[in-house]
Amino acid sequence: MAVDKDKLLQFLLRIGDSTLVLSHRVSEWCGHSPILEEDIALANTALDLIGQSQMWLGYAAEVQGEGKSADDLAFLRDAWDFRNVLLTELPNGDFGRTLLRQFLFDAFQSVLMGRLIKSSDETVAGIAAKASKEVAYHVERSADTVVGLGDGTEESHKRMQQALEYLWPYVGEMFESDEVDAAMAEAGIAPDPASLREEYDALVGRVLAEATLTIPEGKFAHKGGRTGYMHTEHLGHLLAQMQWLQRAYPGCEW
Amino acid sequence: MKNEWPLWEIFIRGQHGMSHRHVGSLHAPDADMAIKNARDVYTRRNEGVSIWVVEAKHISATAPGEKGPLFEPSESKVYRHPTFFDIPEEVGHM
Repeated sequence: MAVDKDKLLQFLLRIGDSTLVLSHRVSEWCGHSPILEEDIALANTALDLIGQSQMWLGYAAEVQGEGKSADDLAFLRDAWDFRNVLLTELPNGDFGRTLLRQFLFDAFQSVLMGRLIKSSDETVAGIAAKASKEVAYHVERSADTVVGLGDGTEESHKRMQQALEYLWPYVGEMFESDEVDAAMAEAGIAPDPASLREEYDALVGRVLAEATLTIPEGKFAHKGGRTGYMHTEHLGHLLAQMQWLQRAYPGCEW
Repeated sequence: MKNEWPLWEIFIRGQHGMSHRHVGSLHAPDADMAIKNARDVYTRRNEGVSIWVVEAKHISATAPGEKGPLFEPSESKVYRHPTFFDIPEEVGHM
């Protein structure tokens, strides 16, 4: 059974937009990190995420079939067309919050890529295989930093706990399921996100416990990013910065 | 409170069969993070297959002032170089 083209496109945008938007957020640290080594490491992470976005959005553009490129999708769509999860567009906050957001996303990606490498769609499986090595390193690194800062000084622990209180309500959205996910699951292209929660909770729970951080009890989850229903007020500002050059000088290349 | 992370010396093996070479140094809170930082700082252009890190304080070094007694005596001992043998052609490049 051929999968619905629009649903496949939505699925690809959800992953590709998430890595793209997070990549931009992480790149905002370039030249501002607390130490040189972390600055380079974060820039590497941002570049890895850009590379992944290129692959996901490149395939998305192909599926869309309107002759567009990954660049067109990245730079010429407005906020309401983006399908990234809200977690990725949140402002960086301090270094600790940035790394905690990174870990919460990396953990999700590592679980997801583990399933996507067995996708019935060969292109999806290929991209996932390539991305999974980067993702495995990202999650190892961000987990280490979360443990280091969580179980660090009184000050770093306090900031990490505050960051967790702020970010946790954005975790639930990654496991939302709708008709797009149902269609992907049925076609064997991708797992139902809800089915990833157990593995995610085990991984995240283990690291946060080691970091001596307490997961907030509330079940409330912000949503609206991956469906495009409503992004936070932060995405528009991010896109203005990310897209302005291509908007001001259409078709500009160098 | 001491705010500086310790300094680590980084050694990278460029390819299998080669020895690790000193490439530089960086700061990190512990050995594990030193390896991760070394991966990000020194192997991002595909330079290595293995990384060693050693905290700089564990390396003992010769003092520049001892250069005379340590190294100069060998300058005049050319007979220690195996350059007085005729290498048979079949051996090829050594």
